[in-house]
Amino acid sequence: MRPWDSDPILLVDHLSMRFGGLVAVNDVSFRVGRGDVTAVIGPNGAGKTTVFNCITGFYKPSAGRLALLKDGPASASEVDAVTASDAAWGRTPAGAVYLLERLPDHKVSSAARVARTFQNIRLFTGMTVLENLLVAQHRALTVAGLVNPVALLNLPSWRAHEKTAVDRALYWLEKTGLVARADDPAGDLPYGDQRRLEIARAMCTEPVLLCLDEPAAGLNPRESAALNHLLMEIRTGHATSILLIEHDMSVVMEISDHVIVLEYGSKIADGTPEEVRNDPRVIASYLGVDEEAVADVAADVNVDLSAEADL
Amino acid sequence: MSEATVGTAAAGVASDTVATSRPAVLGPALKDAVASGIITFLLLLPLVGFRATESGSGPLTLTYRFGLVAVFAAIVVVGRLLLHLTLWRPGRGVKGKAEARPRGALAEAAGAWSGRMIIPAFFLGAIAYPIVSVVLSGGLSPARYWVDLGIYILTYVMLGWGLNIVVGLAGLLDLGYVAFYAVGAYTFALLSTSVPLTDFFAGTLGQDFWPLWSFWVCLPVSGLLAALWGVILGFPVLRLRGDYLAIVTLAFGEIIRLVLINWVSLTNGGVGISSIPAISFFGVPFNADDGGFASLFGVTYDSMHRMIFLYFVILGLAGLTALVTVRLRKMPVGRAWEALREDEIACRSLGINTTLTKLTAFATGALFGGFAGAFFAVRVRFVSPESFTFMESAVILAIVVLGGMGSQIGVAMAAILLIGGMEMLRNLTFLKNEWLFGPDFDPTLYRMLIFGLAMVLVMIWRPRGLISNRLPSIFLKEKKAVSGALVKEGHG
Amino acid sequence: MEVFLQQLINGLTLGSIYGLIAIGYTMVFGIIGMVNFAHGDVFMVSAFIGLICVLLLTTVLGMSSIFLILAITLVVAMLFTSLVSWTIERVAYRPLRGSFRLAPMISAIGMSIFLSNFVQVAQGPRNKPLPPMVPDVIVLMERNGYQVTLAYKQLIIMAVTALLLVGFWWLVQKTPLGRAQRACEQDRKMAALLGVNVDRTISLTFVIGAALAAVAGVMYLMYYGVVNFADGFVPGVKAFTAAVLGGIGSLPGAVLGGLLIGLIETLWSAYFSIEYKDVAAFSILVLVLIFMPQGLLGRPDVEKV
Repeated sequence: MRPWDSDPILLVDHLSMRFGGLVAVNDVSFRVGRGDVTAVIGPNGAGKTTVFNCITGFYKPSAGRLALLKDGPASASEVDAVTASDAAWGRTPAGAVYLLERLPDHKVSSAARVARTFQNIRLFTGMTVLENLLVAQHRALTVAGLVNPVALLNLPSWRAHEKTAVDRALYWLEKTGLVARADDPAGDLPYGDQRRLEIARAMCTEPVLLCLDEPAAGLNPRESAALNHLLMEIRTGHATSILLIEHDMSVVMEISDHVIVLEYGSKIADGTPEEVRNDPRVIASYLGVDEEAVADVAADVNVDLSAEADL
Repeated sequence: MSEATVGTAAAGVASDTVATSRPAVLGPALKDAVASGIITFLLLLPLVGFRATESGSGPLTLTYRFGLVAVFAAIVVVGRLLLHLTLWRPGRGVKGKAEARPRGALAEAAGAWSGRMIIPAFFLGAIAYPIVSVVLSGGLSPARYWVDLGIYILTYVMLGWGLNIVVGLAGLLDLGYVAFYAVGAYTFALLSTSVPLTDFFAGTLGQDFWPLWSFWVCLPVSGLLAALWGVILGFPVLRLRGDYLAIVTLAFGEIIRLVLINWVSLTNGGVGISSIPAISFFGVPFNADDGGFASLFGVTYDSMHRMIFLYFVILGLAGLTALVTVRLRKMPVGRAWEALREDEIACRSLGINTTLTKLTAFATGALFGGFAGAFFAVRVRFVSPESFTFMESAVILAIVVLGGMGSQIGVAMAAILLIGGMEMLRNLTFLKNEWLFGPDFDPTLYRMLIFGLAMVLVMIWRPRGLISNRLPSIFLKEKKAVSGALVKEGHG
Repeated sequence: MEVFLQQLINGLTLGSIYGLIAIGYTMVFGIIGMVNFAHGDVFMVSAFIGLICVLLLTTVLGMSSIFLILAITLVVAMLFTSLVSWTIERVAYRPLRGSFRLAPMISAIGMSIFLSNFVQVAQGPRNKPLPPMVPDVIVLMERNGYQVTLAYKQLIIMAVTALLLVGFWWLVQKTPLGRAQRACEQDRKMAALLGVNVDRTISLTFVIGAALAAVAGVMYLMYYGVVNFADGFVPGVKAFTAAVLGGIGSLPGAVLGGLLIGLIETLWSAYFSIEYKDVAAFSILVLVLIFMPQGLLGRPDVEKV
C-alpha cells in the first residue's frame, strides 16, 4: 500500500467532467495523502484545472465522487455509508466525511475547509492587503450571524474577536514577508507578492486542504525558491495538506511527495516524483512521442529530466 | 436650450480634427467649426425649426422657428472656433479631453480629509442649517422655503446613502430602488389611514393615539417591510450579472408602480392617498391647542415648528443611515460586500455565501429606502404612484454615481449639487427678462432637460464620480486611500 | 376563434414595431456590451420627425398621395434619426468607451432624460394627433356579426418590416460592414489590429439601429395616429424585453422576440386585463432574465473561473 493510500485526506473516485460533447476529465481516480504535498501535472489542456474546479466546487462533476476526510481517517465503508445517504456530509468516529460534489461552492471552503488559489490571480485589488486577509476570515468572524448586533455596536467582545483576526492576518503577513505592505492596495503589489498574498489569504480560511493552481507561474527563480520555502512551512507547521497544479518541474520535484500525471483528461501516471520522472508514458507525453516510440525513449532516459522541466 | 448639447456634439466631432502637429491652426479650426455648425443645424432643424402646434380642436399646424436654429448653429460655430483658437489650440500641451480628467484637487483633498474632518463638519453644518436660514431670512415663516429645501435635499442624501450600500459597496446595479421608497411610503400611508386600525386604537388606547403615534409606530414597520420586499425581489434576481440585474430591478420598480396604479381597491389608484396624519413631536401634536407643541414649550404657535422638526427627523434618519453604513463597512458583512464587488469568484472560494451576502446588501439598502419612504409620506401627507417613477430611481442612482461609488461624503455632495441645483433652476426668473427669453419663458420646463444633460457631461468629465478614492475599512499603521483606478465596480 | 385571429393580426403588427426597435438594442449590446437606454427615446424622436414631415408634406406642400407621403417620411425620418443617434454615440458614449462600466449606462440614462425633455420643450407636452392616414381595411372573415379585419396600415407595417429585414440581413451577412461588425463583436482589439475601423463600425451600428427605429417610429405614428414626448420609455422597455427574450446579441432573436412580445401583449389585453398589459410585459422580462438569460436564440453564457 502506498503512503497516500493509508491515510488519504481526499479520495477522487471515477471523476468525469463533460462540457457538451467535450470530455475534459475522463474517469480519473486518485488519493491525496494527509499532510502530503501532492502535485498534479500534465500538458496544457490535460484537464488539471477542471479537476481543481470540481474539487473546489466551482464545477459540478458529470460523474464521480470527491470525498474529503476531515480531521481523521475514515474507512471505505464509512465513506460509502455517507455516499449512500442523501446528505452532503456525515460524521465518522475519527472526524467527518464531506462529499464535495454535493456541496455548494462556498460550503466547500466554509464547511469542508478546502481553500484554493487561482491560475490568474484573483485578489480584491481595490482593498488593502490586510482587508484581503480579513475577508478570508469571514467564516470565523460571522459564526454569530452575518449582521451581529455586538459587532454593529462595536462592543469590547467584538473588538477582541476582531483583534484575533488581525493577529492571524499578521501571522500570515509575516510568513509571506508582506507586513510592510499591509496597508497598500492589493492591486499595487508586484506579481510575486500577489501570488504569495493569495496563498496567505487562502491560509487565513484555516483550510485542511489547500489547492494551488500554478503557484509558481510567472515567478523568477528567487521568488520560486521563496514559494517552495513557504509551502514547506505550511506543510510542516500546519495541519494543511497541499494539492497543487504546476508546470515548474523544479517546484514539483523538490517539494512534492506524490505526483499525478494527467493527459487528455485521463490519468497516465501516479507515484512518487522519482517514479513519475522515469515513467515512459510521462516522458512520451512531455516529449510528444507516440506510443510505439515510448519503449525506445525509455531506454534513453536514465538522464535527469528535471533539466528539461521547463517544457 | 440646446447650446450645451450642441457644444458637446461638436466636442466629439472635434477630437478627430485636433491635429498633433503645429502648423495651420485657423484652417482646420474653421473647417471643424463650420462642420459642427452644419451638424447642429441639421440636428435642430426638424424638431426646433418646426413645431407641430395645436390650434384649438382642429388639426395640427406647423409653425416655424428657423431663426432659432440659425442662432444655435451660429453659437456653435463661433464657440467651436474660439475653443480651437484658445483651449484646444494644438501645441497647447494637453488636449481638451485630457485636460478634463485630472486627478482633481477636490477629490485629493476630500480623500485625505474625509475620514476625520468632513463628516463631522457636514453634520454640524446640517444641524446649524435651519437656524442659519431662520436668522438670515429674518423669521420663521420667511425661512419656510429654505428649510423645506433642506428637507428635500436630505431626503435624497438619505436615499443616496441607502442605494450606495447596494450599488457602491456591493456593486449591484439597482435601477428599481424607488420601489422600496414606494413600499415604505405606501406602508405608512395605508396603515395610518386604515379605518379598522384607527378604530381599534381608538377603542383601546384613546381617540388620539393613532393619528399622533402612527408615524412613529409605522416607521420601523415601513423599513422592515421594504427590507422584506428587498429579500423577496432580490432572491430570484441576484444571480444575474451587471446590466441584466439593472434591467430586472428596473422592471420590478415599474411593476410595483403599475400595481399601485391599477390596484384601486387597495391603493386608490392614480388618485393616491391623501389626508395622511401629520407628524407629531413624539405624541405631542403641532397645533395651537393646549397640550400642543407650542403650549407645552411655552412658545407662540407657528406652523414652522413642525417643518423644523421634520428637518431634524430626516437629519436623524440620514445620520442613522450613515452611521450604520460606516459600522457595516468595518464588519465582516460590509467587507464581504466590497469583496463581492471586487471579485465574486474569489469570494466564493473563501467560503462567503454570495447569495446571502447580496441579499443582506439589497435588504439593508431597501430598509433605508423604506424609512425614507415613510418620511416622504408624513412630510407631504399624500402619496400617489406618480412620485415613484423610474425617473426617481435614475436621479438617486445618478447621485450615487456622481458622488463616487461607495463614498458617503461624495454622495452627500452630489445630492446637494444635483437636487439643490435642480431646485435653483426654478428660480431663474431673470431669464424672463424681455431682452433674454421674454415673459413666456418657463425655466422650470428646462429642469429635467438640463438634468439629463448634466448627467452626460458629468460622466464624461468624471466617470468615477466626485470622490473616486476608497478609504480602507481597517489599517495596521497608516490609513491610505486606495486609488479609484484599482477599485472595481462589480459584475452583478 | 375570430377574436383570436384578430388579435393575432394586431399582435403581429405591434410585434413588427417592437422587433424593429429591438434590433437596435441587440446590435449595440452585441458590439459594445451596453444597454442603450436612450434607444427608446430615439424611437420617439423619430416618430416626431415623422410627424413634422407628414405635416410639412400635407399641410404645406399639399401632397395627397399617401404612399408617396409615407415613402418620403420614411426616408426623411431615417436620415435625421440616424444623425441624432450618430451624434449621441459620438458625444455621450464614445468618450466613455473602455472606462468605468457604469459610466456609459448613466450617460445613456441622462441622454434618455434629455431627449424626452428636449422634445417636450421643443414640441410641447400634449399629445400630437394626426388625421387617420390609411383608414381602409380588408374584411378577412365574418361570423356572427364579428368581423376579422386586416387594415391596410397593418399590411404596410408587416410588408415594410419584412422588406427591411431582408435588406438588413443582407447587409449584416454579406457586406464588409457586416463582417467588420461581427469581428468587433468577437474581439474589438483584435479587429482593430486587423485593420477594422472600430470607431466607424460602432458608429454605423448606432446609425443602422436608429434607422430601423425610425421606421418603427413612422409606423407607430401611422398606426396609432398620435405621439407624445413620453412615448419612448414603455415601447423602449418592451423592445428591450423582446431583444432579451430572443437572446440579446442575436438579430433573428430580436425579431422573433418582438413578434412574441407583440402577440403576448395583445392576447393578454384581449383575454385578461388591459390594465395589466404592461405588468405582463415587465413580468416576462423578469421571468426570461431569471430563467432563460440566454434567450430563445442566444448563446449561453459560461462562467470562467
